[in-house]
Amino acid sequence: MPIQNKIYLDYAASTPIDKRVLLRMEQFLKYFANPSSIHSLGQEAKKLLEKSRNEVAKIINAEPQEIIFTSSATEANNLAIKGIAFEKGKGRILISSIEHKSVLEPALYLKNKGFKVKFVPVDKYGIINISKFKKMLRNDTILVSVIYASNEIGTIEPIKKIGEICKKKNIPFHTDAAQALGKLKIDVKKENIDLLTGSSHKIYGPKGVGFLYKQKNIKLTPLLHGGGQEFNLRSSTENLPAILGFAEALKIAEKERKKETKRIKKLRDKLIKGVLKTIPNSYLTGHPEKRLPNFASFRFDFVEGESIVMLLNEYGICASTASACASKEITPSHVLVACGLKPFEAQGSLRITLGKETKEKDIDYLLKILPLVIKKLRKLSPYGKR
Amino acid sequence: MAKDNFYSKKVLKLFKDQKHFGKIKNAQGIGKVGNPMCGDVMKIYLKISKNKKGKEYIEKIRIETFGCVAAIATSEITAKLFEKKEINKVLKELNYKKILKEVGGLPPFKIHCSLLAVDALSEALYNYFKKSKKKIPKILVKKHKRIIQIDKNIKEKFL
Repeated sequence: MPIQNKIYLDYAASTPIDKRVLLRMEQFLKYFANPSSIHSLGQEAKKLLEKSRNEVAKIINAEPQEIIFTSSATEANNLAIKGIAFEKGKGRILISSIEHKSVLEPALYLKNKGFKVKFVPVDKYGIINISKFKKMLRNDTILVSVIYASNEIGTIEPIKKIGEICKKKNIPFHTDAAQALGKLKIDVKKENIDLLTGSSHKIYGPKGVGFLYKQKNIKLTPLLHGGGQEFNLRSSTENLPAILGFAEALKIAEKERKKETKRIKKLRDKLIKGVLKTIPNSYLTGHPEKRLPNFASFRFDFVEGESIVMLLNEYGICASTASACASKEITPSHVLVACGLKPFEAQGSLRITLGKETKEKDIDYLLKILPLVIKKLRKLSPYGKR
Repeated sequence: MAKDNFYSKKVLKLFKDQKHFGKIKNAQGIGKVGNPMCGDVMKIYLKISKNKKGKEYIEKIRIETFGCVAAIATSEITAKLFEKKEINKVLKELNYKKILKEVGGLPPFKIHCSLLAVDALSEALYNYFKKSKKKIPKILVKKHKRIIQIDKNIKEKFL
């Protein structure tokens, strides 16, 4: 079913709230009391909060006291990175060269404050170079942060392997799993993850809530000081309806994961095959197999991404691009450049991300429209193949 | 003015409905400018004739653009505004503020796109005067020097 008569193919940006999630949130809106209050209403709210925490923890194989609810994935990433840095005071931070802005920017902020920040290179598919990574680890390394799966190209990183390496050297390992949570099986113990970021609105939950998993032996300095909620790591009265919705959304995602992965992969592969076959000078970006099941990302020679997205929009299709023109930057996506693309190549990027409402006829429609859009824009281009 | 991050109706219309795109064979003036950082490129072709008054005017403008919605829309409006105009009038009226006004404004971070169209047209005229061995108007020489310098600066700094 199209959302508001549109074909929405930008699920990596955000998702609509699942009806079942909404229902649960509505049911609990009446539990308005503050979970920190000791009276019965407060304690009822507290009980619900802890139930949600248990549910989330169970799904990623963590312990409940290791889940810190935050206002967003951005906050969770900031808490992980700045929290470790402020705790240690100095040292070296390694992040991959394809991180989301909410990891990259805190790291650059810390660099400005005197921390050493280094970027681990990736191959042309966006997969981290393990041997170079190993060589970059030093005695003064205080944190490693590698995205679980890329938000731009969908490439899945060898998280377990990185976790093992970090564990041997006793270095805290953080991963931003905003895109991966609910789509891939995550086990923080098996994968030796010390810190993990999760987001609600990417998995059909409400906006304004995320979490940071923090392995119990890791010490963080909080960003927010106040009433001492969330184990003294995130003061603020808890956003109970959103947290309940998030827990419900994650439970549904986990329950339906296998079935939905199978369904969506089939559609995605049809899309990728169709695009590469019907549009000359088109390329898949990211890894051909090690990619999120709902991610199809491309680039097209001779055209620019914002123009592609805006023309698709004219046909009622909602998609996304990492082109510099579509952001407020002058330079193209650091992710595509890290994968070895030249700036003008990175300009022609298009990200199509599928979701629960995506049907085969939506993909067929896109496969009909996209070649026309690219052809039209190439006609305007001085590089153009006509 | 267009709101931050959003295009005016006029910009979108110009973007969708281009009437001046393509090449001119044996064009008398060609101007090409680009932003080497983001890769945007604009190329303008001119056909110049004399009108009944015996004054030179731009008979035809054709443009090729590799770039975003703003770049494509401003190319189109530039062609629309200056086609059929006498060269001396073009030299007086060609500036990015005029282009911005005509498209109903652009988001602040897109203003450089409108510069691209102005620079491409002024380079095409510079090229016309140079090729036809006529005296190049001072304003075009000045703009030409600035364009070359900016290009050099960006390349040195970023590439």
